[in-house]
Amino acid sequence: MAPELGQLCLILGLLLAIVQSIFPIVGAQRGNAAWMAVGRHAAAGQFTFIAASFALLTYAFVVQDFSVAYVAQNSNSLLPVHYRFSAVWGAHEGSLLLWVLTLSTWTIAVAFFSRSLPEAFAARVLGVMGIIAVGFIAFTLFTSNPFLRHIPALPEGRDLNPLLQDPGLIIHPPMLYMGYVGFSVAFAFAIAALMEGRVDSRWIRWSRPWTNVAWAFLTLGIALGSWWAYYELGWGGWWFWDPVENASFLPWLAGTALIHSQAVTEKRGGFKGWTILLAIAAFSLSLLGTFLVRSGVLTSVHAFASDPARGLFILAFLGIVAGGALILYAIRAPKMPMGSRFSPWSRESLLLVNNLFMTVSAVTVLFGTIYPLISDAFGLGKLSIGPPYFALMFIPLMVPVVIFMAVGPFVRWREDRVGNILPRLWPYALVSVLGSLGIWFLVDHFSIRAIAGIAGAIWVATLTIRYLADRLKATRRVTRGMAGMIIAHLGVAVFLVGVTFVETVGIEKDVRLEPGDTVEISGYQVQFVGVQPRTGPNFRADRGTVEVTRNGKPVTTLHPEKRLYAGGGQIMTEAAIDPGLTRDIYVSLGEPLGTSGAWAVRIYIKPYVRWIWLGALMMMFGGFLAATDRRYLREARQAAEIPSSPAEAPA
Amino acid sequence: MNRLILILPLVGFLALSGLLYSGIGKDPSVLPSALIDRPAPDFAVPELLEPTRTVGKADWLGKPYLLNVWASWCGACQIEHQVITDIAQSGVVPVYGLNWKDERSEALRWLDHFGNPYAAIAHDPENEVGIDFGVYGAPETFLIDAQGHVRFKHVGPLTEKILNEQIIPILNEVGGG
Repeated sequence: MAPELGQLCLILGLLLAIVQSIFPIVGAQRGNAAWMAVGRHAAAGQFTFIAASFALLTYAFVVQDFSVAYVAQNSNSLLPVHYRFSAVWGAHEGSLLLWVLTLSTWTIAVAFFSRSLPEAFAARVLGVMGIIAVGFIAFTLFTSNPFLRHIPALPEGRDLNPLLQDPGLIIHPPMLYMGYVGFSVAFAFAIAALMEGRVDSRWIRWSRPWTNVAWAFLTLGIALGSWWAYYELGWGGWWFWDPVENASFLPWLAGTALIHSQAVTEKRGGFKGWTILLAIAAFSLSLLGTFLVRSGVLTSVHAFASDPARGLFILAFLGIVAGGALILYAIRAPKMPMGSRFSPWSRESLLLVNNLFMTVSAVTVLFGTIYPLISDAFGLGKLSIGPPYFALMFIPLMVPVVIFMAVGPFVRWREDRVGNILPRLWPYALVSVLGSLGIWFLVDHFSIRAIAGIAGAIWVATLTIRYLADRLKATRRVTRGMAGMIIAHLGVAVFLVGVTFVETVGIEKDVRLEPGDTVEISGYQVQFVGVQPRTGPNFRADRGTVEVTRNGKPVTTLHPEKRLYAGGGQIMTEAAIDPGLTRDIYVSLGEPLGTSGAWAVRIYIKPYVRWIWLGALMMMFGGFLAATDRRYLREARQAAEIPSSPAEAPA
Repeated sequence: MNRLILILPLVGFLALSGLLYSGIGKDPSVLPSALIDRPAPDFAVPELLEPTRTVGKADWLGKPYLLNVWASWCGACQIEHQVITDIAQSGVVPVYGLNWKDERSEALRWLDHFGNPYAAIAHDPENEVGIDFGVYGAPETFLIDAQGHVRFKHVGPLTEKILNEQIIPILNEVGGG
C-alpha cells in the first residue's frame, strides 16, 4: 500500500506544481492579487506531498519491501540500517526524487522569505520555480518512477552498489543537489526580472544570499565527492576530470562568476545583462549536468543507468527552460538600462576579469566534456581527450584569476589610479616569489608549477590579510559579507597549497611485502604485519595490518582491506589512511602474490592533501557567512513586519 | 549589432542542443573501421610488465584474438574490465592488451588494483601503434583472426551482449576459439 500512496503523493505534487506555475504568472500579468497569492499555498502543498512521497520511499527501504523494483535493485536484507536510508538516493530514480524534494524545499523557503518583495515579482519567481518543478516531477513519474512494483516480490534484493556504501556518499548527493537546485532561485529571479523588463538593485540584494548559499552547498558537495573519490576509489587521486565530476564543476564555475557579477549589480547597478545571463547559465549547466549523467551520451565511471527516453526528456526540458530563458533574454535585455560607466582600472574591471575567465573556463571544461559528441557529429569519430587536455587548458586560465583576485578588493569602484595600487603591490610580489623559492629550497624540489603554485598562494593570502588589516584600521568593523569574501579568498590560497604539494612532491610506492617486511618511505618505517580474513555485515574481507613508526616511535596502525560483497560479487579496495594536517599516510592492498602471504602493497605519502578540502570548506564557509550579512537580515526582518503587501499594478 | 550579440547565447545553446540530440539513442560504440578485413598493422613494442621483451603482431598470429586498447586514465575501461576478465577466464578467445598513451607506473598500479586479465600487453605510450590502428579513444577492442586480419572493431566498453551477438558469431565463422 505504501508505494501506491507514495506515487499518489507524487501525482498530487505534480498537480500542485502545475497550479503553482500557471496562476501566479498569469495573475502577475493581469494584476490579479488572488491568483498571485495562489503561488505560496501551492508551493506549501507541493512541498508537503513531495516530502510525504520521499518519506514513503524511505519507508519501503527501511522495511525492505522487495516487491518494489527499485528497492530490490538497490538494497539487500544484509544492508546495514543507516545505508538503507542513503540507498533511497543510491540510483537514478530515487536520486531524482531527492532532486525534486530539494527543489520543493528551496521553493517553500522562497515562498516564506519573499514577503518583502513586490507581490507581482514574488509571484513570478514562484511561478518559474513551479515550471521547473513540473518538469522534474513529470520526469520522475513518467520515465523513472521509483514506486513501480515487481510482482511477485523478490525474495532478496541485489544490494546497494558497494561504492556507495560509505558515509561520505550519504551526504554527497544531498549537498550537491542543494547547490544545483539552489541556482534555480537565482534563475527564477533572472526570469522574473526579464518578465518585468527591469532589474531593481533591491531584488538583486534579495537574491544574493540565496545564490551564496547555493554556491556554498555546491562547493561542499564537490569537495565531498572529491574526498570520497580519494579514499574510496583506492587511487589516492582527488580529481579525475570525469564527465560526472565536470557536470558538477560547470555550474560551480558559472556560479562563481555569478556571485561576483551580482556584487557589481547590487553595488553599482552595472553588469545587469551579465548577471541575468550568468544566472541562466548556472542553472542551465546544472540541468545539462543532469542530462549528461543520465542520458548515456557519454561514458563515465559513475554514470547512472542510462536510457534514451530519459535523455530525450531532459533535453526537451532543457530546451524549454534554457531556450525559453535565452529567447526572453534576447527580447528583453536591450531594454535594461546600462549601469554607470567605469574606467578600465576599477573594481568593476577586475570583477569583469573574474567573470571572463570563469566563463571561458566553464566553456573550456564543457568543450572537453562533450568533445566525444562534437568529434562524432563532425565525422571525426569518438575521441576522448582525457585529463591532459584539462590540465593544459585549465591551469593557465586560472593564473590571471589568482593574480587579480588578490588585488580586486583594494581597487575602488568606478575609477582608480593605477599609481594608487601598483607601488603597494611590488613588495608582496617579491615576498611571494622569494617565499615560494625558500620553501622549495627547504623541500629540495624545483619546478615551475611548484614555485608558481606556492607563490600564488602566498600572494593571495598576504594581500587578503593586508586588506583585512586596512579595513580594520580604517573602520574598525568588518561586515559579514566582507568577512565571507576574505575567508573564501584565503580558502583559495589554502587550496592552492594542497594542490601544489600533492601534485609535485607526493610520494607513491608500490612494493611487494611479505609479513614482517619493512619499507622506509620519507622518514617513516612501514611494516607489513600480515593479512587476516574478516567478515562484515554484507561482505567478506582480507584485512591487512600495517604498523607505521618514525625513528622507533609508533605513529599509527593501519588496516587496509580488500572486500568481496556478497550481493553483487564486487571486489572493493578500502584504503587505510592516517590523516594529518601536513601529510596523509595512505595504504591500500593490491593483490596477493604467491602463497607465502606476500601482497602487493601501495603506500602513498600525500603532503598537505587535506588542505585541498580545507580550502574548499573555507570557501563554503565564506559563502554561508556572506549570506548572513546584516543588510540581508534587515531585508528579512522587514519581511516579517510586513505580513502581506497589497498587489501592485501590472508592469 | 547589439541585438545580434544578445542572440548569441541562444544560438550557442541551440547548437549545443542539436549536438546533444544527435548523441541520444546512438550506440556510442558503433564506428566503422577502414581496417575491417584488411591486415592489421604490424607492430613490435615492449611488453608492459616485462619491458625487456618485445611483443607484437608476429607473436600472436595463428589463432584469433582480441586486442583491447585501454589506459589507466580511462574511466570506461574500468566499466568493461569485468567483461574482459570474464572473456579471458572463459578461454573463448585470448585477450591481449594495448596499453595506450599511458605511463607504465600508472598502468601497473591500475592492473594491480583491478586485476590483469591479459595474456600479454603491448605498451604504447606515444600512440605509435594506436595511430596505425586508427584508435580514436579508449577503450576500443579489435578482433584479429589467425592470419592477422582485422575482423571486427568495437569502440567503447565491451559488453556481454556485444560478445555474444557480434564477436562469437565472427569467431565461429573464422573457426577460432
